[in-house]
Amino acid sequence: MKKLRINKTTKNDMITYAMVILAYIVVQVLVSTGHVSSLIQGLLVPFCTYVIVAIALNLTVGILGELSLGHAGFMCVGAFSSAVFSLACKDAMPGGLRFFLAILIGAAAAALVGFLVGIPVLRLRGDYLAIVTLAFGEIIKNIINALYLGVDSNGVHFSMKDALSLNMEEDGLMLIKGAQGVTGTPNDSNFTIGVVLILITLIIVLNFIHSRTGRAVMSIRDNRIAAESIGINVTKYKLIAFTLSASLAGVAGVLYAHNLSTLNALPKNFGYNMSILILVFVVLGGIGNMRGSIIAAVLLTLLPEVLRGLSDYRMLIYAIVLIAMMIFNWSPNAIFFRKRLKQRITAGKQPKKEEA
Amino acid sequence: MKKKMLSLVLAGAMTAALLTGCGSTGADSTSTADGTTNEAAAEDAGADNADAATDNADASDAATDAAEDTGAAAGANGTFKIGGIGPLTGGAAVYGIAAMNGSQIAVDEINAAGGINGMTVELNFQDDELDSEKSVNAYNTLKDWGVQVIDGCVTSACSIAVAAKTAEDNIFQLTPSGSAVECVTNPNSFRVCFSDPNQGAASAQYIGEHNLATKIAVIYDSSDVYSSGIYEKFVSEAANQSFEIVTAGAFTADNKTDFSVQLQQAKDAGADLVFLPIYYNEAALILKQASDMGFDVQFFGCDGLDGILGVDNFDASLAEGVMLLTPFAADATDDLTVKFVTTYNEKFGETPNQFAADGYDAIYTIKAAAEKAGITADMSNEEICTALSAAMTEIQVDGLTGLGITWDASGEPTKEPKAVVIKDGVYTAM
Repeated sequence: MKKLRINKTTKNDMITYAMVILAYIVVQVLVSTGHVSSLIQGLLVPFCTYVIVAIALNLTVGILGELSLGHAGFMCVGAFSSAVFSLACKDAMPGGLRFFLAILIGAAAAALVGFLVGIPVLRLRGDYLAIVTLAFGEIIKNIINALYLGVDSNGVHFSMKDALSLNMEEDGLMLIKGAQGVTGTPNDSNFTIGVVLILITLIIVLNFIHSRTGRAVMSIRDNRIAAESIGINVTKYKLIAFTLSASLAGVAGVLYAHNLSTLNALPKNFGYNMSILILVFVVLGGIGNMRGSIIAAVLLTLLPEVLRGLSDYRMLIYAIVLIAMMIFNWSPNAIFFRKRLKQRITAGKQPKKEEA
Repeated sequence: MKKKMLSLVLAGAMTAALLTGCGSTGADSTSTADGTTNEAAAEDAGADNADAATDNADASDAATDAAEDTGAAAGANGTFKIGGIGPLTGGAAVYGIAAMNGSQIAVDEINAAGGINGMTVELNFQDDELDSEKSVNAYNTLKDWGVQVIDGCVTSACSIAVAAKTAEDNIFQLTPSGSAVECVTNPNSFRVCFSDPNQGAASAQYIGEHNLATKIAVIYDSSDVYSSGIYEKFVSEAANQSFEIVTAGAFTADNKTDFSVQLQQAKDAGADLVFLPIYYNEAALILKQASDMGFDVQFFGCDGLDGILGVDNFDASLAEGVMLLTPFAADATDDLTVKFVTTYNEKFGETPNQFAADGYDAIYTIKAAAEKAGITADMSNEEICTALSAAMTEIQVDGLTGLGITWDASGEPTKEPKAVVIKDGVYTAM
């Protein structure tokens, strides 16, 4: 067994990066040779969006060990802040720079909100984060639905009542129009940028986990009292991890907002159902397992679209597939079965190795 | 070591699964493409085969899952593929299903009468779950199916999202009921219904011209695009009219069961007319609560109130005297409406609402434009789009939602709103 000795975790991370890059190359080749249907082409950016937000939530759930039910809310913050910026600067700067700044703004806005939510809640023990983030997600959605924002030659106008009370000039530009949301966001997202963002997210998260800070965060997850006893500032490390997670969810929101020309805060896309869906990606992919989150996010986004042929039955089938996957992944019997299967395969291989 | 190997195998398997996923859909898309060329070839041969057309009408009943058997259906005759998009599941499913059913009736009628320019019409209606992202997915699914014209979306936000894509791909789009202004900003998109501002202005003018009131209270849903769109235009148009708006009470989707505060406000302000630019479910509650608190006032609404008499457990006598501006009333006695309502009742067992009528008119509008432009099945989507967009401004359609509807290049329809009053439990034209 003379082999290049690479650290096991490094190797594991490399497999994850390689998987993303390989998938990207394969898809690009298929697209350029015309083997990908428009449905899948249209889904490529949503894949990236959900992969990023799944990784972000996995950081909170898997590494920090806290439950967040408001990641759709952070996505929403990132989406709206960046969409407003892009719309306001639509003609002012070139597309590439504008989108780069939009990503930074979306990440910063979501991080700020995550930080503010985290300050009081992460001091507590127990499931308070889940409760507060759940409420936060709903509040954000309702605030945005009542928010009117416009800009004209007199400056920025803002109202929580209706569009008329903004008293805009004729040349004014509506940025957020209450329930109608943001319309006319430039379509800056594409698959390449999405994959680059996934890779950046992975690099940040995986390196964070293996860093000194990451180990401190995991020690809090595993035993809070022991961590405190060796002098770890529990609240500080929890806040770091949670803020990072929120800002990455914000990046996913930026990608989402710049993929569609209209952006509304509906229960469907930023409500708590979406937060639960993101949690499902994480749980199905394996809590704390980034690679699993990626695969689960892609498969579960793809599934309802592939099942379109079954029309109304697809919701039913989707649920059944979800349950089946859950059993296969987590049921003790299924795990035992998989272990035996694995043993049989390796047992079949072992003698061959000895012969050789 | 074992763990590493397992993870490698698993990663490999997942990548392989991803590959096969892409591969198989890729194959689908190529087969659809083949299907289209076949049809194009077959179109010349069998365009006058009217019997085959009626047979195909049955096949198109199963429109939603037609994606798989396109090849078979398109075997003998040229087809014209219309793709519909709307919410078929979830909270707004009522609207999407109504529009789908209305469109389907129109498609069946057209096919029974020989199709458009001899082409069989095929309708594939996809669900968007009232989500603009899903709406774009539905649109892409339709593109894979080989769609030639988009009949959608049913709702405004989805319509705006899809309009950006149809403009990119040069596919003609006619939304039956997407009423927000932004739905038709592109030159290739048109609509059947009134725009929201249009309804607000028309309501204000109607009230002003007929001197219905001097003090008006408005109750609207600020979280709903339709409602707030009408409200804003109503207020700005009110400045030119003889009445004044004394109160404006807003509610949102999250608290739409108790309206006593808004009603009390209206009562205290001495309003003699309450304007309700909202949907009928909430309006039914408002009427009930107003009657409970002894607030006897004239109510006036827009097309969203159409259907209020059909609300479960609603005392229809409360709606007595309510006025509404609507393009469609199911109780109208003209031949077209009677025929449509009877067919709809037979097929789907319920009385159609205005979304069904919009869906029906959308298909007939596409037919009129396609005949004007001389569309054939072998034309590319771009040619169809250019030809139809030009033809739209030249046609005149007598539909369920208005007589002599015309369009200008902006995509807005011009038609007369009908005012209806509820008298003795039925909608009566005023």
